[in-house]
Amino acid sequence: MPAATALEATTADGALLVLAIILPVIGILLSFVLGGRYAERIAGILLPAGLGVACIVFLKAWHSEKSLSYIVGNWQPPLGITLCADGLSVAMMVAMAIVICLIGVFAHANFGSRAVSVETRAPMVFWVMLMAISGAMNMIFISGDLFTLYVALELLTFAAVPLVCLDGRAETLQAALRYLLFALLGSILYLIGTALLYGSYGTLDIVLMSQRVHLEPATLAAATLMTVGLFAKTALFPLHLWLPPAHAGAPAAASAVLSAVVVKGSFFLIVRLWFDVMPGLLSVAGAQLVGALGASAIICGNVVALRQRRLKLLIAYSTVAQIGYLFLIFPLAADPLHLQYGDALTGGMLQAISHATAKAAMFMAAGLVYASLGHDEISELGGIARALPMTMFAFGLGGVCLIGLPPTGGFLAKWLLLEATVATAQWWWAIVIIAGGLLTSAYVFIVLSRAMGAPSEPLTLHAAVPKYQEVAALGLALLSVLLGLVALGPIDVLQVGRPEAPMAWLR
Amino acid sequence: MSIASVFDVALVALILAIGASTILVRKAFAAVVMFVVYGLLLSIAWVRLHAVDVALTEAAIGGGMTGLLLLGAVARSRSVNVGGPWIGRPARLATCALCALVVAGLAIAMLHPPEVIPTLAPTVMESLPQSGLGNPVAGVLFVFRALDTLLEKVVLLLALLGVWSLAPDRAWGGMPGLHVYARSDPTLIFLAQLLPPVGIVFGIYMCWVGAKDPGGAFQGGTVLAAMWLLVIVAGLQKAPAIGRLWLRGLLVAGPVLFLAIGLAGWVFADAFLAYPAGYAKPLIVAVEAALTLSIAVALGMLAAGPPERAQQQ
Repeated sequence: MPAATALEATTADGALLVLAIILPVIGILLSFVLGGRYAERIAGILLPAGLGVACIVFLKAWHSEKSLSYIVGNWQPPLGITLCADGLSVAMMVAMAIVICLIGVFAHANFGSRAVSVETRAPMVFWVMLMAISGAMNMIFISGDLFTLYVALELLTFAAVPLVCLDGRAETLQAALRYLLFALLGSILYLIGTALLYGSYGTLDIVLMSQRVHLEPATLAAATLMTVGLFAKTALFPLHLWLPPAHAGAPAAASAVLSAVVVKGSFFLIVRLWFDVMPGLLSVAGAQLVGALGASAIICGNVVALRQRRLKLLIAYSTVAQIGYLFLIFPLAADPLHLQYGDALTGGMLQAISHATAKAAMFMAAGLVYASLGHDEISELGGIARALPMTMFAFGLGGVCLIGLPPTGGFLAKWLLLEATVATAQWWWAIVIIAGGLLTSAYVFIVLSRAMGAPSEPLTLHAAVPKYQEVAALGLALLSVLLGLVALGPIDVLQVGRPEAPMAWLR
Repeated sequence: MSIASVFDVALVALILAIGASTILVRKAFAAVVMFVVYGLLLSIAWVRLHAVDVALTEAAIGGGMTGLLLLGAVARSRSVNVGGPWIGRPARLATCALCALVVAGLAIAMLHPPEVIPTLAPTVMESLPQSGLGNPVAGVLFVFRALDTLLEKVVLLLALLGVWSLAPDRAWGGMPGLHVYARSDPTLIFLAQLLPPVGIVFGIYMCWVGAKDPGGAFQGGTVLAAMWLLVIVAGLQKAPAIGRLWLRGLLVAGPVLFLAIGLAGWVFADAFLAYPAGYAKPLIVAVEAALTLSIAVALGMLAAGPPERAQQQ
């Protein structure tokens, strides 16, 4: 966010930001009227269109090295609402749009509605909710107003929860209810915090708030409530209890979108809160505490993942661990002198993006394995690598990215975080990062070695897996590998609109 | 102490007592009844604070609609006869501790207010005449923060689709079963014939007056939804099948009109969700009217629950 001007203004291409939000809204409204038979076709047009918009916004911000902004209804804040896309926003927008589009390709096999003559339940719900998630994520990335962000969180919650229990089994209903309770608790805490901040500063606009904010009891209470609420939504340890059953029980395409995309929304909001709304207010102790929660998530999530018997649960616990890395940016990027190290923030965002691509690929691969074997017991995976080579290759590449081997995006992210631990002399986080990588490699290799092994009895495949589903999974996995190459150029976009990093000499 | 402050202190004590008993009572049904009473008392408190719009919303949504949804949930869980999961002492203590922390945080914030409490109210009143509206709350909802209002309506649609998604596959497109609420009896039928004409007029009035005085689409829509539900529960009308085109049309009518006017603002007023000078009030009243209908249908269908019976062709 630009810090200087009190009056914000609509920039030349700001209108694109409105488009990024209302395209999915148009899709939702159209799907309600035209019915579920058309929902997939509508999503098939609007999701790629949304990706196009995101790409144009990305290129504009990258080339001009300026944030894009739009004043809704020509009402200046504090009365009105602004939309603002800085470097973090545009990078996340493009990444999430790509992931959502590929998940859409994958989901055609399970939720295809072109051939049926009447509206059916699961496709209608899935496509509408997928569009809603894409709109809500865009809102979270570009909204410059704390209450609009609350509306976005609500959109995201109500779109994500039904995806968990899409197949209607009793245990998934239970998982969905638990998710709903955690998510609503998070929403209400965020809302209370927003109300407190408005009461203290008389504005909801992020730029205005960042100029007025100072340390006082109400602000501290608000920040704590909002952060804890968002922790619950992001499933940061120890508020992760809802995540494994919810993400493991959902249909594969839904698991992919929940694990890859949805948890990043509330994470992004935490970053906005501490880096843009209240820059410099995070105390050293607070940052270390958040980092400690992240570190516990990495260790516990990975250890529990190692002990899982079912593939989808293993991947879900791995999400709990990978979320932990995201929170290491708080001790590493915010330091006591209120300087902000660009590298740790960049590393954290890259971790969010590479986890999104890798985890979506892995959940898709697990879904294909489940579809063809009829189960996902890890000990019974023998021979599957021979039957579904492309799928298991995608799984392996995703795993390599999670471990953090070069040249993957995961490598670059963890390397930037490690570099920040050295630069800020906080060696203890480096130990956690490296230990996490080792544990991750252990469970990825367990799965791969089982899959490469010989089957105990001749393998019978329940269903043939469509080629394009395998291609979608592999595409995402390849993306996660190639993400490491962004170091050669586009990575600078993350710094657009940020105050000049004082430690730029690190590069 | 004046009579007003005695009344206020008594009201606060009553709200706290009802709030505590909502948590302490053992039976779910009793807790819901307490919750509804709590909502009504809160709305009186809002009136005392001169926030009539908030009071109306609290009474309509907080007490009325939420209470109805909770009653439905109690009845449903009774009809399938599930024993609630036993919550152990550690979980209860942890809940207590967390609630106490939140209360402590709020108390700290409330007891140290800024010396000058910042407010946007004067700025809102200054800018309000441009829109021709008289009610500052409507101004905030439909002029300054129209984007939030528009997207909140989409949230409502998603919530409804989420409820529908709980239906079994074969019942998709069919009718919700409302039998959980009540068996129809003569008194109910009499009420369902007597109240709706009054209620409908009142709901429309609330929507219409919202541009000038307290009221508006959400409150009006809730009253209309309540009347509709009364007629359905009494068995005078069937709940519509969720696949009906007219139903889907009504559900999206409000958001579609709102979005269309917002997009038109791009052409005629130079910004998304801006109104052309001089046309703001009629446009907003039109949006409010359409939203009232959409909200009424959405809330009614939310309370009616997921479809249970397949539609007879």
